[in-house]
Amino acid sequence: MEIPYTVDARPDTGLYNAKLGIWLFLASEVMLFGALFTSYILLRVGAPVWPRGSEILNVPLATINTVVLISSSITMVMSWASLKMKDFKKYRVFMGLTFLLGVAFLVIKSFEYGAKFEHHLFPSNNTFFAIYFTLTGLHGLHVIGGMIVNAYFWGPGSRMWKTDPERFTNRVEVAGLYWHFVDLVWIFLFPVLYLL
Amino acid sequence: MDHSFEIRKHVRTYIAVFVALLALTIVTVAISYLHLEVRAAVTVALIVAVIKGGLVASYFMHLISEKKIIYASLLLTIVFFAALMWLPIFTTSDPIMYNNVP
Amino acid sequence: MSDPHSRAAAGHSAQTHGTDGRHKEDFLRKYVFSNDHKVIGIQYGITSLIFLLFGFTLMMMMRWQLAYPEQPIPAMRFALPFGLVGLIVLAFSRLRPGIHMVVGMAILLMGWLVYWLATNDEMMPGGIMLPEFYNSLGAMHGTIMVFLGVVPLAVGAFGNYVMPLQIGAPDMAFPKLNMISYWVYFVGGVVMLSSFFVPGGAANSGWTSYPPLSDIATTGQTAWLIGMVFLITSSLLGSVNFIVTIIQLRAKGLAFMRLPFFVWAQFVTAFLLLLAFPPLEAAGILQLMDRLAGTSFFLPSGLVVSGELLPNTGGGSPLLWQHLFWFLAHPEVYVLILPAMGIIAEIIANNTRKPLWGYKSLVYAAAFLGFMSFIVWAHHMFLTGMGTSISSFFQTTTMIISIPSVIILSALLISLHGGSIRFNSAMLFALAFLPMFGIGGLTGLPLGLSSSDIALHDTYYVIGHFHYVVAPGTIFALFAGIYYWFPKVTGRILNERLGKVHFWGSFVCMNVIFFPMLIQGLAGVSRRLYDGGSQYAHALGVLYLNEWMSVGAWAMALFQVVFVVNLFLSLRKGEAAAQNHWQATTLDWSATPTPPVAHGNFARVPEVFRGPYEYSVPGAAADFTPQNQPL
Repeated sequence: MEIPYTVDARPDTGLYNAKLGIWLFLASEVMLFGALFTSYILLRVGAPVWPRGSEILNVPLATINTVVLISSSITMVMSWASLKMKDFKKYRVFMGLTFLLGVAFLVIKSFEYGAKFEHHLFPSNNTFFAIYFTLTGLHGLHVIGGMIVNAYFWGPGSRMWKTDPERFTNRVEVAGLYWHFVDLVWIFLFPVLYLL
Repeated sequence: MDHSFEIRKHVRTYIAVFVALLALTIVTVAISYLHLEVRAAVTVALIVAVIKGGLVASYFMHLISEKKIIYASLLLTIVFFAALMWLPIFTTSDPIMYNNVP
Repeated sequence: MSDPHSRAAAGHSAQTHGTDGRHKEDFLRKYVFSNDHKVIGIQYGITSLIFLLFGFTLMMMMRWQLAYPEQPIPAMRFALPFGLVGLIVLAFSRLRPGIHMVVGMAILLMGWLVYWLATNDEMMPGGIMLPEFYNSLGAMHGTIMVFLGVVPLAVGAFGNYVMPLQIGAPDMAFPKLNMISYWVYFVGGVVMLSSFFVPGGAANSGWTSYPPLSDIATTGQTAWLIGMVFLITSSLLGSVNFIVTIIQLRAKGLAFMRLPFFVWAQFVTAFLLLLAFPPLEAAGILQLMDRLAGTSFFLPSGLVVSGELLPNTGGGSPLLWQHLFWFLAHPEVYVLILPAMGIIAEIIANNTRKPLWGYKSLVYAAAFLGFMSFIVWAHHMFLTGMGTSISSFFQTTTMIISIPSVIILSALLISLHGGSIRFNSAMLFALAFLPMFGIGGLTGLPLGLSSSDIALHDTYYVIGHFHYVVAPGTIFALFAGIYYWFPKVTGRILNERLGKVHFWGSFVCMNVIFFPMLIQGLAGVSRRLYDGGSQYAHALGVLYLNEWMSVGAWAMALFQVVFVVNLFLSLRKGEAAAQNHWQATTLDWSATPTPPVAHGNFARVPEVFRGPYEYSVPGAAADFTPQNQPL
């Protein structure tokens, strides 16, 4: 028994199932990170003093990370575009690059965290560090999750290109939507935590 | 179903957006060095972030040509997100018994 | 061939194995890790009913303490019913593997757990309940009933099983995700229950887990938080599935305004779960950070615990937790009631042999209710020192939200007028739902007005109010749903005589338990008091009600035994059901066999030609015209 509209779009909605599904999931993620941003605002507004992010955090490293994530977004969308243009080899190159850029992000992040821990700066130090580590940590976990999915679609999952190329292309599109969202969250995280 | 030709047009858009994002990143970092007063700094930073985010959503995520149901779901989300973000702040704005009014 | 799974399996093997390439499925893939929404729905149903029973038992233990404070609990008397019912169910199993055996063993296990708790020297030395244990029971009763019992039953069981059938879909949009949702829920439930065994016992800061107390509470609170993360994840995955399924997999001709109200209710509920739960997940993460990483998201500066200054960094806000928690928990109560309203609507239409009155109003009211539910939450926080402007805002939105509730209740009531009413067990529960939900809703009004809430907040009045809505409200609707859909799921009918005993007993007991709470609350008795208020002069005049309520609760349990016996007796020996036993118009009854075809639900994909409640159409041959009957 086949579930309809797994690959082809349903005519009246114009969507295939997974695309609607991922956008709904992203809506819930907006509420998740939104709640954390709300917490940040309430804590900061209620605090007698609040440090300037740029004075405590490593802005250059975070800027590099911002560029890394933005680049990974374009490589991700290019990997999908390659599949749309039926170029599997190019897909693999772009998806591979996306994964490597993700690795780069995590490596840079680990330097950042490492430096903080070396200076005995932990979440328990003050509310600023608490929300900093929580927000960036949860974002980092989302990056890892996305990387696992991307690795799967670069590797064993890519076998589906031979048996059902349209469905595979849709899957990569859906993975891409998630990945872009992770980039989007960072686009807000970066100025809020590091620059303000 | 997009044809190859249309995808290639999109690719040019993607690259343009990428360049814009890089430029805006430089802008947002540069402005932070101006050390503006808090309210101005927040406003400018958020505006830039919204533009960047809007570009990612509209072009990388193809939101600019998406279907109505997606727009409706996201609109609903934004409304609730706004409620979550703003209403708790107002609970501290005309307090009955706060000593440390922010 | 009375076992529903073997019937479904027979249906499966009768199908050619060409359609989906499936051959014989092993036991694990067919019954444990099935992707079939019907199997998953049954899994949710059985698991949630067992959790409901357990949560109820925790309350029965609490009611002993309230009725007979400081007296040793007769542990055997509490555990024995479990043992008895478990053995009865096992007897029905004839010790062959199947539902009866699994459920029977689960009930016996629960009975052992209850006995262990009641005789545990740390929580109940000499059989006398410690205040900390009373608090644990209270927190876990609330958590289990809401998150492990009612919602999984209303949404996971009924939603999963019935909704795809009612929209003419072969399964959910994402069957594998559906299977994962159930098992993540199961793991969350196990984590929650395991918290009883950690040092210090289970969570004891209320189901609301307010900091600062919850931040510094015993280890069980951490288990609670981890359990909640699993439960929230399960809920999120499920809600995505429900929304996509309803939007994308409706059969041909099934426009949105031809959907049964049950499906609309599940649709709105899924949006509530999708968008309201994440902030609680965020809050849970923050509280875990407070408890495990030494942060102070919710701990204010200068907190003194047991005479000592807490060595934390401070700067946090306990109110932040309350905002994040209630942002979910208010929509959550509509998650509790909407599916129930959906069930009642189906049963009323069917048993009055009339279309529902005001279908469009019902739909718009449900959607408006869902929307408003996101902007009323701080009516739970009227006493936190918010200013008058924002209090007025929340008070106003709260008053507004009562309007769609009244519209829905009125439409359902008016639907009875002129109907040719069939008083079967399902309908009895559905009819009782109406005035009970009415009482629940009306008693909410003084709570929603900030001035009267000053006197009533955190009193037994609140407990009476919300239990009226959830217990003789939602749970009656769930019972009604079980009596209504049991024939579809199993091919057998539940015994009507036992059903009526179950109904009348439950109806009387519900009121004996919860009405006095309204009285006690108005007298000023606070909630969550281990001694039931006996230390307060203003409570003395109403303390006698404690014993009545407890006896009511224990009597209620006896009537549920009747229900359990009915379930398992009918599974084995119940009268066989016709394909469309209730002569209903909706696709779940008219277009599928009983039970439905194992994979794909429909022998032929249905097409819909009319609305969902075409009963007693003038000039029609029968008093019902199914949705899929050709024009």
